[in-house]
Amino acid sequence: MVEPRMKVQGLKAWFGSSIALRDIDLDIADKQVTAIIGPSGCGKSTFVRCLNRMHEVTPNARAEGKVLLDGKDIYDPAVNPVALRRYVGMVFQKPNPFPTMSIRENVLAGLTLLGTRAKDESGLVERSLRQAALWEEVRGGLDRPGVSLSGGQQQRLCIARALAMEPEVLLMDEPCSALDPIATAKVEELILELRRRYTIVIVTHNMQQAQRVADTTAFFYMGSLVEHAATTKIFGNPTERRTADYVSGRFG
Amino acid sequence: MSRLYTVDAQAVAAERAFRAIAILALVLPLCLLALLFGGTLIDGFSRLSFDFLSGFPSRRPEEAGILPALAGTMALMLLTAAMAIPVGVGAAIYLEEYAPPGKITTLIEVNIRNLAGVPSIIYGLLGLEVFVRSLQMDRSLIAGACTLALLLLPMVVMASREALRTVPRMYREAAWALGAEKWTGIRRVVLPMCLPGILTGVILSLARAIGETAPLITLGALTYVSFLPTSLKSAFTALPIQIFNWTSRPQAGFHVAAAAGIVVLLTMMLLLNATAIVLRMRLQKKVTW
Repeated sequence: MVEPRMKVQGLKAWFGSSIALRDIDLDIADKQVTAIIGPSGCGKSTFVRCLNRMHEVTPNARAEGKVLLDGKDIYDPAVNPVALRRYVGMVFQKPNPFPTMSIRENVLAGLTLLGTRAKDESGLVERSLRQAALWEEVRGGLDRPGVSLSGGQQQRLCIARALAMEPEVLLMDEPCSALDPIATAKVEELILELRRRYTIVIVTHNMQQAQRVADTTAFFYMGSLVEHAATTKIFGNPTERRTADYVSGRFG
Repeated sequence: MSRLYTVDAQAVAAERAFRAIAILALVLPLCLLALLFGGTLIDGFSRLSFDFLSGFPSRRPEEAGILPALAGTMALMLLTAAMAIPVGVGAAIYLEEYAPPGKITTLIEVNIRNLAGVPSIIYGLLGLEVFVRSLQMDRSLIAGACTLALLLLPMVVMASREALRTVPRMYREAAWALGAEKWTGIRRVVLPMCLPGILTGVILSLARAIGETAPLITLGALTYVSFLPTSLKSAFTALPIQIFNWTSRPQAGFHVAAAAGIVVLLTMMLLLNATAIVLRMRLQKKVTW
């Protein structure tokens, strides 16, 4: 296995007094796609939201444990979660380009929100949109509103917006669950392309999707990590009985 | 399949009856409003002229003009807006985005809601005691504006919170996930999205305040002013006060002047409301989601 980019050690998370994650240990390999699967409410989303400390923005939510990014604990009290999120980008379930901004402004939104500007804005916009496989479709109308695009294009715009910040890790929380099959195929193709440059963690409900895009797959159940192994092993010959039951559709 | 062709006559009749009641409920108040406005317009039509708008009050009803009241109302509105909008919108942002949920926040919320329902004359008494007497502003323009600003605040806070709440949480999260500080996300993402709503709410509350008479009378706005406000400390009058004064005179000529004054006041209100609608439509064209 490749040297891990992130190491999760003894991660616990709560919503108020109810526990959402119990003692998760998981290594996330560099420049690979790690898929997180499991039934609804098993803690998949909570887990990825702990990786950029977005979990704690929910009122009454908190997390404990260690998450090492390049050897440094992001839960160290000295770490500024706001700064951390620039290095760990995130794409959400529902496409959410900013409605008041054009396509171009959406791509640059991360910098605008930091109060800085890129030296070569047009270059950055083109590069990010190309990386998100959206450039050819929108190059003629960068000043149109971001929300005038189709759902799949909007999601790729959100990916471009995250990539413009040049993150180390890209988290994707069910990025295709609101998209039709054709838009999904495009995003999956894009993920395989992005894998060369970025470390990607993707939460998915769709087991075929995990098999198509992920190098390794982690199966979560009731807030615990049941099994994490190469995707072919998880879907072909899992060690745990519960994993086998879930991937074969016997429950969940 | 014959059930496909049966008609429940009773249900159809009920449907028609309900629709008729609903239409009546809409048309009746509109007719009353039109009647009122039309009647006032006819009564005051003979006095509506440039001279009326640019004239000063007079003992002779046919010469009485409305300029000081018009200028007073405009100055009041500007000052009131300048005070109530920043504070009200700021308070709304704090309550909606920052305040930790809990007993204190709930207490504040309940009180703001209650304040919006307090009769305006109470605000007048408060203004008289606090601004006119304690802060020694006298019966001045600024004392009137401060009082009206207090009256407006709860409405501005509630309208702004309503507007802030229409912005789905996912946009705040999108901003934070890009590494934005909380305030930057609010300023660059949330506020632009709900600006039309905030503006509409603010303008509608202003349109309500423009007609407030009770607090200004309590405060001691003058009823006979033959000069224009020149500073914040000027004595002043306002349209509703002037109208109130004219209607309480015995001469019929003053009643005509009052009708003309009402037309001016209603026109200003309608203009403000129209501005709110136009602003909302223009801004919403840019903001679609």
